[in-house]
Amino acid sequence: MSLLAFTGRRLAHSLPVLVIITLAAFSVIHLVPGDPARVMLGSRATDEAVTALREQLGLDKPLVTQYLDFLVNALRLDFGESLFQRASIGPIVAMRAAHSLALVAYSILISLVIAVPLALLSAVRRNLLADHIVRMLTTLAFCMPSFWTALLLVLLFSIRLKFFPTSGLGEGIAGYIASLTLPAVSIGLYLAPILLRSLRASIIQTLTAEYIEAARARGFSEARVLFKHVLRNSLISMLTILGVNVGFLISGAVIVENVFSIPGLGSFMVAAIVQRDYPVIVALTLIFGVVVVIANFLVDLSYAMLDPRIRQ
Amino acid sequence: MKPPPPGITESAWLRLNKRAVLDRRWATISLYTGIAITAVIAALSLAAPFLGLRDPLATDLMNALAPPSSEFLFGTDDLGRDIFSRVLHAGRIDLVFGIVTTYVSLVIGLLIGALSGYFGGIIDTIIMRIVDLVISFPFIILILTIAAIVGPGLAGAYIGVIAVSWALYARLTRGEMLAIRRREFILNAETLGYGTPRIIFVHALPNLLRANLVFSMSDIVLNILTLAALSYLGLGVAPPTPEWGEMIAQGQKNLLNAWWISTLPGLVIVLAGVGFSLIGDGLADRLDDSGR
Amino acid sequence: MMPHTPPPNPLLDVRDLSVGLTNRHVAFLAADRIALQVKTGQSLGLLGESGCGKSITLRALLGLVPHPGEIVGGHIEWKGRDWRSFSHREIMKIRGKEIAMIFQDPASCLNPVFTIGDQTTETLRLKLGLRSKAAQTFAADLLDQVGIPAPAERLRLYPHELSGGMRQRVMIAMAIATEPDLLLADEPTTALDVTIQDQILNLLARLKERTAMSMILVSHDVGVVAQNCDVIAVMYAGRIMESGPARDILQAPRHPYTRGLLAAIPQLRVGAGRPPLKTIAGLPPNPAQLPQGCPFQPRCPSARPECRTIPVTLDRNLPGHGSACPFVN
Repeated sequence: MSLLAFTGRRLAHSLPVLVIITLAAFSVIHLVPGDPARVMLGSRATDEAVTALREQLGLDKPLVTQYLDFLVNALRLDFGESLFQRASIGPIVAMRAAHSLALVAYSILISLVIAVPLALLSAVRRNLLADHIVRMLTTLAFCMPSFWTALLLVLLFSIRLKFFPTSGLGEGIAGYIASLTLPAVSIGLYLAPILLRSLRASIIQTLTAEYIEAARARGFSEARVLFKHVLRNSLISMLTILGVNVGFLISGAVIVENVFSIPGLGSFMVAAIVQRDYPVIVALTLIFGVVVVIANFLVDLSYAMLDPRIRQ
Repeated sequence: MKPPPPGITESAWLRLNKRAVLDRRWATISLYTGIAITAVIAALSLAAPFLGLRDPLATDLMNALAPPSSEFLFGTDDLGRDIFSRVLHAGRIDLVFGIVTTYVSLVIGLLIGALSGYFGGIIDTIIMRIVDLVISFPFIILILTIAAIVGPGLAGAYIGVIAVSWALYARLTRGEMLAIRRREFILNAETLGYGTPRIIFVHALPNLLRANLVFSMSDIVLNILTLAALSYLGLGVAPPTPEWGEMIAQGQKNLLNAWWISTLPGLVIVLAGVGFSLIGDGLADRLDDSGR
Repeated sequence: MMPHTPPPNPLLDVRDLSVGLTNRHVAFLAADRIALQVKTGQSLGLLGESGCGKSITLRALLGLVPHPGEIVGGHIEWKGRDWRSFSHREIMKIRGKEIAMIFQDPASCLNPVFTIGDQTTETLRLKLGLRSKAAQTFAADLLDQVGIPAPAERLRLYPHELSGGMRQRVMIAMAIATEPDLLLADEPTTALDVTIQDQILNLLARLKERTAMSMILVSHDVGVVAQNCDVIAVMYAGRIMESGPARDILQAPRHPYTRGLLAAIPQLRVGAGRPPLKTIAGLPPNPAQLPQGCPFQPRCPSARPECRTIPVTLDRNLPGHGSACPFVN
């Protein structure tokens, strides 16, 4: 099947999921017990203020109309106004999304740098000392709360050694990267154990395949067998593993953004929840959902491009 | 160990036998170490009110920001509260949260997954789509949103975490159920003609439970970490009630001059997590006796 | 074809080879004091049921016993040199060059993410030192030799785009590329259709003749071994039970197990009066729980109390006909 047909099919597959996501995001305001407008303004708001808000948000119209309006606006990237900041949500999201994206990309890089070599070592030296050590370290890292790791890193590298800033974004390219480093390392250490476990299992499975034995029987060095034959196959499963754990990664990013006060979508979401800024909550729920769908789609796409068995 | 067969060098045979049981030894050590660690923390936490510790809520500004010493094992925070006492009292909340959310989710997920796998068809497709969505969605967003809807406090945390965790068990169970169903149905169709669903569930249950139990250990860790994260962000547990994550948040402003406030509660989280994980590893080997 | 100086005889001399493996936390012997000899141009058939240790014996010859298993005793002599005297580098050089191996399952013996051409030329470049262009040409030539039509186009395909028989031919092509002195064939036709089986075996016979290549053919199929081997060794529970010239083994088997195997071959006879299928009673043994003495006792129709106490080994594979059973003749 051609790449175009594959794309079309996956998109069609994602459609019902996207619909569910829009429904879920939309219903957030309406699931809150009580009158949404009153909840947003607080119990001490005047009746006129509540009615005004209700009209402004279109909460007096029938549900179906509200949903359709919501959908249409979302497609035009109009998510309404933040109650707290009294500004249009769209542009804020765009700016913050850029920072979050940079942070997430940096984190993936770091977690791969940690996870791939260790998974290889662990799989090749299965059940030997090296494997047990790596697995113990993995368990340790798995149990470390991301925000705690972040604070330890800050304590060590920001405060004692003054290598990196303690919070916020830096100026200039070097400053920007420096300010994202500790956050990225925190998220990387948070994601790495998950990647490591799955990757190790996948490499072990590949190592027992007959074509690997055949390659050894042909007198190829262990290094060649590993780095050419095993790695190529594991690369494909690595993509799947990453794709499956995108949600986990984003969760880590949301928490760590708050520790370092990085102005991204994560800190925006948390602030909105604490401030009961429902239009923002709804918008971000929708956006995160769509991001996950896109991420899964991209993973499937690259999988199809790399694995010759699927390309046909 | 049997004596070496004729023609085999003693040392080679010894080496081989050692390798054969090495796996099992590591797993057994894992299991018992994990149980020991978890038992100690759980016992101390549960017994906290009766151990003669200082009141976890009592402030003592004279002794604020005191470093760990023989008087204050874990030091004090900026309000002079005894951190060791707070950590143990917090343990009751965190450990109970971890266990309750995990096993409630397990039961819910087991039922839904078993039914989905058993009935198959359109029901299975719809349920699995929802399961996939819940699993792939960033859990913290979902839980934060639910916390926003339900309101502040532990209730929101409980509901949020359960609303997300059940899906993992559902998917796990459904996979196992599909495998079993194929086998049992074939047997029934051939020999008994028409088997009762009850037989399927009685036979299936031990198998279904096995994988779920192993996974539940990791889930307890994840759920405790999630509660800690929620409390750190200002949701979940409300101060002054002690909770491990909340304590870490409290210590952040004094990170430079009083590192112990944030560091030590985190260390306890890691220790408890390692305990549960080791139990999980040990169980995984014990329950999976399918050889190598 | 390069001029071929015949190597010394015997090519491969195996004595008392024992291989240990582990399963479910128990160590056991997968191969117990194996004795084999292969001469130049000779093909040895290793015959036995699944799990009798024939495959692990092959792997031991190349030093490919998977961890945590290992060779725990015995001697292997290749071209007159003891295997322990070979450095690791030398062993790796021998693999794929002087001794080549082909495997059972054509579906999984080729790496699915590389093309046939990639994998074939890889061997040629590494083992024969050919440059990329020369390797491509030679690869196409090899595929042609093993009977693959339109070889140049086939090089660009991926393994999953070829049939099982084609894939097995590719395996053989890669194996014979270096004109190995010995080919180890681990059940090369078991996973193929009967008609394809025949073609593959004929191909192997032709290649054998052309370069005086020796072969160890492992199979559980008596017919396959009978038609293609000069010498047959029968294995049971990790031990050689009987070995000798193929004709002698097939016409006058001396071991009760061999007799059982041969008697179990279904006789094709038209019309009524077909004799019932003879089988060997019982199941293959658990290698970790073998009885004292002869491992075949529980299923042997001629078993007697002495079978528990006799040290059962088959000494050197003499030109004559050797059997591990001293009682039955």
